[in-house]
Order: sequence, then C-alpha cells, then structure tokens
Amino acid sequence: MELILETLGLTETAALLSLSSPGWGANLLRGLANSLQIALGAFGMGLVIGLFGAYGKLYGGPILRDLLAIYTTVIRAVPELVLILILYYVGTDLINKLAQFMGYGRVEISGVVAGIWVLGIVQGAYATEILRGAIQAVPPGQIEAARAYGMPALLTLRRVTIPALMAFATPGLANLWLIATKDTALLAVVGFNELTLETKQAASSTRSYFTFFLAAGGLYLMVTLCSGVVFARIEKWARRGQPSLRQGGL
Amino acid sequence: MPTAASADPDPAATATPGTRPPSAAQGQSGQDAVRIEGLHKSFGTLEVLKGVSLTAKQGDVVAIIGGSGSGKSTMLRCINFLETPSAGKIVIDGEEIEMRADGSPANRRQIERIRTRLAMVFQSFNLWTHRTLLENVIEVPIHVLKVPRAEAIAQARTLLQRVGLANKEDSFPAFLSGGQQQRAAIARALAVDPSVMLFDEPTSALDPELVGEVLTVIRDLAAEGRTMLLVTHEMRFAREVADHVVYLYQGQIEEQGPPAEVFGNPKSDRLRQFLQSVS
Ligand SMILES: Nc1ncnc2c1ncn2[C@@H]1O[C@H](COP(=O)(O)OP(=O)(O)OP(=O)(O)O)[C@@H](O)[C@H]1O
Ligand SMILES: [Mg+2]
Repeated sequence: MELILETLGLTETAALLSLSSPGWGANLLRGLANSLQIALGAFGMGLVIGLFGAYGKLYGGPILRDLLAIYTTVIRAVPELVLILILYYVGTDLINKLAQFMGYGRVEISGVVAGIWVLGIVQGAYATEILRGAIQAVPPGQIEAARAYGMPALLTLRRVTIPALMAFATPGLANLWLIATKDTALLAVVGFNELTLETKQAASSTRSYFTFFLAAGGLYLMVTLCSGVVFARIEKWARRGQPSLRQGGL
Repeated sequence: MPTAASADPDPAATATPGTRPPSAAQGQSGQDAVRIEGLHKSFGTLEVLKGVSLTAKQGDVVAIIGGSGSGKSTMLRCINFLETPSAGKIVIDGEEIEMRADGSPANRRQIERIRTRLAMVFQSFNLWTHRTLLENVIEVPIHVLKVPRAEAIAQARTLLQRVGLANKEDSFPAFLSGGQQQRAAIARALAVDPSVMLFDEPTSALDPELVGEVLTVIRDLAAEGRTMLLVTHEMRFAREVADHVVYLYQGQIEEQGPPAEVFGNPKSDRLRQFLQSVS
C-alpha cells in the first residue's frame, strides 16, 4: 500500500487526508455527515410542505391559493444564496426577539436546525410544484373508486393518491434531493460546518487547496452516485404497476 | 339525532348497519334496498335530473336505459354521493342519508359507512394500478372494514376464482385485458359484501369479444339474488336479467316496468324511437 502511494507520489496526500490527526479526513467526514443530515431533514421538510402546498394549490380557497402562489414564486425567483442569508438572519433574529419578549434570554440556535429550516423552506417551494403535477397525473378514477368504497380522505391520500403519484413524482424528487445535498454547501456562508466549510478550513490551514477540494468533490460525487442507485430502486418500485415503455417490441 | 330538512325522521335510521328499522310509514319499506325520491341534480344552470323516484327491493335487478346525456350516470353517482344531489331523498337499506338543505351530505361518517354497502363498478374499471389484483380486492376489506388480513386474503382468492382470475392474483391491472380488469373490479366490489351493486355501463369500454365474459359474471350475480342497479346499453342483456327496467329521458323517468312490457310493448313514442335506434 505504502509502496503504491510512494510510487504515485501520493504519500503527502494520504497523510493530509488521513482520518487520524494531523490528517484532516475526519473533519471532512464530519462535514459530510452534517451536510447529509441537513439535506435529509430539509428534503423531508420540503416533502411535507410540498404535499400541503400541492393540495392547497389544487383544492384550497382563493386566499390560500394566492398565498401559495406568492410563496412558490418568490422562493423560486430569488437566488438561493440570498434566500439563505435572509431566512437565516431574519429567522434567528425573529426567534431571539420572540424569546426575549417571552422572558427567556438569547437562545442558541443549532446550526443543523437552522440549516434544515432554511433549506426546507426552499425545497418546499419546488416540491409543491413537483407534487402538484404528480397529483394531477393520478387518474381521477382511482381516487373516485376510493371514495366510492367509503375510504375517508386521509386514508385515500395514504393508500391511493400518494402511492399512485410516486410514479410521476420520483424523477423530480430525485433531482430535488440532489439539489438539497449541494445546497447544503451554501450554508457555509452562515458559518455552518458542513462539508464545504470544513474543506475550506482544511485547505487554508494546509495550503493544499487542490487536494482537499478534489476530495470534497469526490465525496459529493459519491453521494450523487449512491442517491442515483437508491432513487432508481424507488422509481422501479413506484412504477411496478405500469408496463415498461421499452417492452413490447420495436 | 335531528335529520336536517327531511320529512320523515326515522329514529331507527342511525342503528347499526345491516339492521333494517321497522318503518311504520310504508309497510314494505323494510325490503327496499334503495329508495330514491324526487332526486334533482343540476350542474350550474344545467338541470340533469329533474325529480327521479325509483325503488329497488332486495334482490331486484333494475336496468337503467336511456340516451347519451339522459342522466343515467349522474343518477347512479348521486346514490353514493359521488355527486352531490341538489334535492331529493335517498334511502339505503331503510337508512336515510342525512342531507343539508342544499343537498350536501350532513354526516360524512354516515356517507362513508353507507358507501361500503354500495359497491360501484365503473365503465373504466378504475382499479388501483399500483396494486396487484389481490391487493385491489383486499384493500377495502382490510383498511375500511377492518377485516383481519388473512381472512380478507382467503375471501379475495375465492372471489378472484369465482370471476375466473385465480391465476392472475399477482398481476397488475395494466397487464390484463379490459375484460379481466372489469372482472377483477367486480371481485373488488363483491369483497365488501354489498347490499347493492351499482354498475355504470360495465361493458361499454370493452372490445366486443370481451363483453360476454363480463356479462356472464353479472348474470350469475343476478341469479344468486344480488340487488343491483345496472346502467347499460346492452338491451338484450337488460331484457334477460332485469326484473325492472327504467327508461330515462332528459333527466326524467319516461317509462318503467317489467322488461317484457318495456321492451315488448313500449308505450311512449320516445322509448319506441330509442329502442329502434339502439337495436
Ligand atoms: N361534472 C359535470 N359537470 C357538468 N356537467 C355534467 C357533469 N357530469 C355530467 N354532466 C352533464 O350531465 C348530463 C348527463 O350526464 P350523464 O353522464 O349522467 O349522462 P349518461 O346518461 O350517463 O350518458 P352516457 O350514456 O353518455 O354515459 C350531460 O349533459 C353531461 O354533459
Ligand atoms: Mg354515463
């Protein structure tokens, strides 16, 4: 092993990336874990917002529909970096004001929670549109059949609408998830220790920019590749009832 | 429980499902599986049903015929409140559906409960495409009627066998012919052991050579005494299986009676014309 590294001239690189100190590998992995945690949380929160948003847009009253239109338009119009700065500083400021008003002192807001909250709101806007399209693609007859057999609204949602819309929503949601993983990098601007900020710190302390950013790029790529495998399985499962377009000759 | 805007509040109507209240008003009402009185339905300004009254007794097969747009589907869909009637009265198994003055259901729970006793078979099957045939059939028994899973599966297998789909239980609907899908939909309907089956043109979406297999299944159900309301364009079939035939014309019952009368000796000119046009 060492011989290979030496002949490749990578001994120094290996030392820099080593998991034990003085290597910075552990920091990078910790950053990755933080990034994934935020991405997962934000994606989940985005799905919940998206489901409510989609239903609100499709079936809500005029006021709710207008509010949701403003939400999705504004969020999708403003650059994400700006949104993150606004939501992060405004959000933490508001919470602190509220805490002081209610007689508590300053509250320390955990970076993970703030990150999930901020990115979740961004993800929710995109998820609303993805799920709205997917709900509309579900054949109305299937929902009607559920109603005709006495299924209450929530049971219909859980047993019929959501499983049926998965077939249409999975590709869009897979995209959204990948965006979530990469958007976590933007949280570096508010000083959150996710993968990109950890990389930057390691790089500037050691002056090995190339090594560390290449390593970080590799980690992001791995996340993408693994996600691809997972979503391919989900999509296959979600489309299990539909004939493949490739089957049937020609 | 006060029933809104209903002329005949029936205290026993809220009793457990299946028990039919001994009604004093009409002697035979205990045997009525479905009773519709003065049903009106408008879509905006278009009045589609203009006061339809109809009774189906237990075990009756009522065929509903009429031209396109006469309101047959709308009437059937009003019975289980897939459409909200504008006015009228609907009584299922002696239990009157509580309606507000505008016709909307006053008691969602009651509607959901009554719907499990009315099984609908749709023109376009409407099977759940993400579930296998077996899963389609056990879905409502397990999740709505709370039947134990093993029991539901055993019953579903019997039903699928009965409609000739025993070897297809793991297939998804999209991989089957229209006739097979409709037979599966009938199995799904039977799985709730309905008091009344509602068929809305069950064979209209089928290729001609597949119509027969579905009609055979329906014929068997009629013979075993299932109560059913059957909207159909298959006049010969209606004549053969129905106990009672209703001819709907522009939202009103133009003529009704036993099939021999309605088909053999139509009194109204419109019905006569209609029968000529479809034969
Ligand atoms: N949701 C709706 N909104 C507006 N109009 C409707 C709606 N559903 C039905 N209609 C109208 O009501 C009338 C009756 O329709 P319905 O589907 O009950 O007719 P039908 O007798 O079943 O005809 P068919 O034999 O073609 O199925 C038609 O004029 C139709 O256009
Ligand atoms: Mg119709």
